[in-house]
This record gives sequence, C-alpha cells and structure tokens, in this order.
Amino acid sequence: MSKKSFRQAINEALRQEMRRDPTVVLMGEDVAGGQGGSSGVKDAWGGVLGVTKGLLTEFGESRVLDTPISEASYIGAAAGAAATGLRPVAELMFVDFVGCCLDQIMNQAAKFRYMFGGKARTPLVIRAMYGAGFNAAAQHSQALYPLFTHIPGLKVVVPSSPYEAKGLLIEAIRDDDPVIFLENKVMYDDIEEVPDEAYTIPFGEANLTREGDDVTIVAIGRMVGMANEAADRLAKQGISCTVLDPRTTFPLDEQTILECVEDTGRLVIVDESSPRCNMACDISALVAEQAFGALKAPIRRVVPPHTPVPFSTPLENLYMPNADKIEAAVKAVMMQKTREVA
Amino acid sequence: MTKNLTALTMPKFGLAMTEGKLASWTLSPGDAVREGDEVADIETSKITSGYESPASGILRKQVAQAGETLPVGALLGVVADAEASDEEIDAFIASFTADTAEEGGGEAEAANADPRVITVGEHSLNVRDVGRGAGAPVLLIHGFGGDLSNWMLNQDVLARHQRVIAFDLPGHGASSKDVGDGSVTVLAEAAYELLKALDIPKAHILGHSLGGAIALALLRDYPDAVLTLTLVAPAGLEREVNAESLREMVEADRTRDMQKALQALVHDKSLVGRRMADNVLRVRRLDGAREALRTIEAACFANGQQSIDLRPVLDAARIPVTLFWGEEDEVLPVAGAKNAPDHVVKHLLPQIGHMPQLEKTVEFNRLVEAFLEKAQVTA
Repeated sequence: MSKKSFRQAINEALRQEMRRDPTVVLMGEDVAGGQGGSSGVKDAWGGVLGVTKGLLTEFGESRVLDTPISEASYIGAAAGAAATGLRPVAELMFVDFVGCCLDQIMNQAAKFRYMFGGKARTPLVIRAMYGAGFNAAAQHSQALYPLFTHIPGLKVVVPSSPYEAKGLLIEAIRDDDPVIFLENKVMYDDIEEVPDEAYTIPFGEANLTREGDDVTIVAIGRMVGMANEAADRLAKQGISCTVLDPRTTFPLDEQTILECVEDTGRLVIVDESSPRCNMACDISALVAEQAFGALKAPIRRVVPPHTPVPFSTPLENLYMPNADKIEAAVKAVMMQKTREVA
Repeated sequence: MTKNLTALTMPKFGLAMTEGKLASWTLSPGDAVREGDEVADIETSKITSGYESPASGILRKQVAQAGETLPVGALLGVVADAEASDEEIDAFIASFTADTAEEGGGEAEAANADPRVITVGEHSLNVRDVGRGAGAPVLLIHGFGGDLSNWMLNQDVLARHQRVIAFDLPGHGASSKDVGDGSVTVLAEAAYELLKALDIPKAHILGHSLGGAIALALLRDYPDAVLTLTLVAPAGLEREVNAESLREMVEADRTRDMQKALQALVHDKSLVGRRMADNVLRVRRLDGAREALRTIEAACFANGQQSIDLRPVLDAARIPVTLFWGEEDEVLPVAGAKNAPDHVVKHLLPQIGHMPQLEKTVEFNRLVEAFLEKAQVTA
C-alpha cells in the first residue's frame, strides 16, 4: 500500500489487467505516447495527460494501438474487437468527442447483446476525461455521463478518488458489457492510499464517505470531494450529513439512496453536468416517487446553469458547483419545511 | 500524588488511529467510578467502543465535551478521590496540558508501530512488531477472515511488558495469498517460520478462533517454540460451527451483507458499523483473497462442520493454557469450553460473542497480563 495519484491508479489498473489477461488491449489517439512521434522517441508522454505512460514499452505496439484521429473508426473497431474476443480499452481523450462516434457506441456496442439474443458479449471499456475547471472551454469541458446513462446497454462509471478509480477500472475491464469510464480531468493529481495489488469494486453499490443524521448529499465524481469538504464544515456548525457517492450512474444503487433519505429526511444532489435531464433530475424523481413521505423539506440540486462551459476563469468558477454552494444548499434545506404537521 | 488524580485520555484503539471522537459521556461529573467501568463512548472510523476507566474514584471533571474530536492521548477528564480540591484538579489539568505539549516525540514511536511486510519462506507476511521488556515475546494469531487489526485493542496494552507480534495470516489482510492446502498445519508452519525469521526461539501464543487451532497445531508440531497458550474461542475442539456465517464472511460483496456477517461475531451488534464492513470488503476484494479463504474453509470447515480435531493436543498439553469464550458466541458454540480439560484456566464471559478481545477489552487484557506474568514467574 502506498500513496498514488488518480493518474497512477488508472495506469496501474491498466498495467495489472494487461499482465493478467493477454486479450486486454489499448486503443486511442496518443495512448502510445504522443509528442515523441516526430522526434523518434516512443512513449514520450504516455498520452495527453500521461495516464498510459510506460504501457507501450512493456506491452508493445500489438497491444497498445496508437490510432488515427478518427473516433468513428477506432471506437467502431474496438466494439468489433470486443464482440470477437478481445477486451479493448479505448480512450476517447475528451468525452466531448463522443459526438464523432455516438453511433458506434449507442447503436452498436450498447445493442449487441440485446440484438443478438444474448449470444454476443461486448467487453469494451471506453475511457474519457470529463468536467470543467480546467480552462478547457466549451468543447472540452462537458460532463456527459447523463448522455451515456440514458442509453440502455451501457454501464457508466464516474470514480471519485484514486482508490475508487483503480478498483472500478479493473471491474470495468473484467465486465462483459460495454462500460463508459469517465475520469475528471481536474483530479489526475489527487493522491490517496491505493493497494499495490489488483482489486475490484462492484458496480451498483454506493459508497458512503460520511455518515450523518440531518441531510443526505448525493454527489458524483469530483463533486464527492467537495461534498465531503462541505460536510466537514457543516459538522462544526452542528449539521451532520451523509455523503453518498453512487460510483456508477448505471447501474444506480437506488436502495442505498432511498435508505439514506429515509434516515435523514433531507436530500441535496450535487451534479456538475448540465441541469436539464441530468443525474440530479433522475435521483430527484426516484426519491420523489419512492421516499416522498420521508422528506422533511424539498429536494435541492446543486448544479451548473444551462449554458456551455465558459472559458473565462471567473465565469468558469461561477459556473461550477463548489463546497460553498453545497454548504448553502444544505443550510437551506435545514431551514425549510414542506408541510406543517396539522 | 496522594489524592490519586488520574487522567482519562483519548485511547488508541487501532493502528491507524490518530484521533477519536468522544461520542458521549456515560457518567456525569460527581459520579463514582470503579476501575474498568465504562465512562465514555469513543468513536473512530473503524469502531465505536466503550472507554473504561483506568482507575477508581469520582469523575471530577469532564475536560472534553461530547461530539469533540481529539488526538490520541488528549485529556478527556479527571478521576480523583473526593478529598482532592477543585484547585488541585485544575492544577493537574494545567500540568497535564503542559506535559503533553512538551513531549512531541510520539511521532517516531508511531512510525515504529506501523506494520511492515517481511518475507518468510514462500510467504510475504504483514507484521506489526511492538513493545520490548523482560518477558518472553507474545505472538498473536487472528482468526478466519480476520487480520492483525483484530488485536487493535490488545496488542499495545500487552506490549507494555514484552515484545508483542501480530501478523496477517497467509491469505489474509496485506499478506500474500498463497495458502497451500489451507490446512492449519500449513498456517502453523508459517507462524513458526515467522518466529524463526524474527529470531524468537520461544513465545507465548495467543490464538483467536481459527488462530486458536493454529496455536494448538504449533504446539503439536513445534512444541519447543510454545511457552504458553491463550486460546480465545478456538476452533478445533468440537465439530459444530456456524457454517453460514463463515460463508458470508468470505462471500459477502455488499456493505450491508458484510455488516451482517460481521455482526454475527459480536454480541453487541452496534459495535459493527458500515465503515468497519467497508474496511473488511477492501481486503476481500484484493485479487486472490476470497480464493485463499475458500481453500482454508474447505480444509478446516468442510461440509458445514469443523474438520480439524486438536482436542488430543489440548488434552496432552503440559504447558500453562488459558481459555476465553463468550457465552453468546454465534460462530463457535461456548460448549467447546465446557468440555476442556481441568488443567486449562477457563474464563467464560456472559453477554459476549465470538470476539471477547474486542468486546470485553479491559477484562481480557487484565486476565491475559496476569496469566503471562504468572507464567513468567513460574518459568
């Protein structure tokens, strides 16, 4: 056990699964290094953010495939390779690029098992970075997990820390269905204790990072850290919060969300994706339908405005949810009452 | 200190524990307290446990308030005789605070107390080796599906008098996952190899549950290495075992299922929280961990019964042996203790489950200390 960054945890998961299973291959733009191509140096960078560093050197060009800049072709190839016996991990770089290959994901990979009557498996992982806070502007900052969660046939993972990332990525690679694995680009240097051995974290089980009595905060991906920070501040003010990290938006651990709301009676949902039809809407609907009687106050959502992500730093800061906004939302639900008891 | 002023301080329950939360005071200022009485509930990320008074007297002052999170060793309150004046108590608190500020050397000691992985034969074993003193060393052997943190409330207390070693058995915790045929013979051999690697010719052996059976196997196979045996709800004496509970301990993959499985180990179910279950699941989810446990399960608990019989070893033992068993044990029935031979000193604990060392810590530690001390003197 030692401290590892989010980046190292993902690299280690890929490396250990590639060692364990020769059918695991990597595909993507610059996964074989990048930048070094013209100078003749291979694996100079390990991808745009260094996540796949060292894998080309260890596993060679037959398993670490540097692809042309054509998402439609290599994501399609990865889906086909998965259906015919490999376990490809394809890297889409920025998740925003899914616009170029949505048919391959939505109509092909996600549908194979169903369309072939269960006779086909598609053990495909698509890794991509998501999220604002990096000054990457409107075309490289979106948090598109609701888009994938909407498509039946996909599993969607949004890890919240290095420990979570390693275990969930190994689980994703061993899973026989297509999995979208989304890495928040602001978190690559986050550090925490991560076991050296391979391990898995099952999909569809939420993790409680704080346990409290007053308010349940459901937070996704990078928002979990912010929710923890808000919860710690609120604890000093006498408000105790449960912080729930769903880990996967599909499958979604409905049971744990409902149990926590039953316990606390108040719900705040923190989601950095655009506010229409996002996870906060979905979880609100779940709780309104199945735990309405437990609610002591209306549900609050801490979400960005419905605009493209701004490039300007002050505007991007204003756009993003943060610990202050979460703290304010929790205080607001503590003050509110839905119904007076007659 | 004629007035018997005693500081109540934040205890250190676990290896990783650096701070704890004073969940609540059980007693109010002015209440009489006897040594061993529970005075407060302390909460850590791993466990909630009663804090038992180290002295008798009157709880004179609560320095810390319920809900406060404080570092290990911080002053919680003061127990003293009725004769001590309020001024004396205030002076005691002031001097305590000053002393603690001066010490600051705790860091280096804490680093020594961290477990480390050492290579022993074919195994890499995660070992926590603490304490020194005149007495012969003590080896702690945890049970099936456990790890060295099962001794987190005992090891440092026993280490005040001698070297005390806790380790993760092969297949458990942070040790390597190869367990051979999974038999107690193989596990006892690993324990013996560990003693050799640490240059310990003879040790007092404490074994809990399956670790108790391993301790008996050590005595059978390496009699010269064993000074005394302390068996805590040991396996290997009867046939009966709660097979379903064992299976859940291995196979549970959801927090709530693991929490339920762990709750079978204790009588007071509130001891096992979600966080504790998450910590056990972290270890279970390591590659090879469940397979190792299944191998041990097949070797030691085949067909829903205990398939190891170490009763003859206990009957023939010519060294001091003591036995602890919770009367409410849901995993290995306490009947195993009732049939133990006469030469064994028995402690049957009412209202306690399968883990007396965690559930009845102060009494357990005191009885073990007394047993070891007597054995040292006699030797």
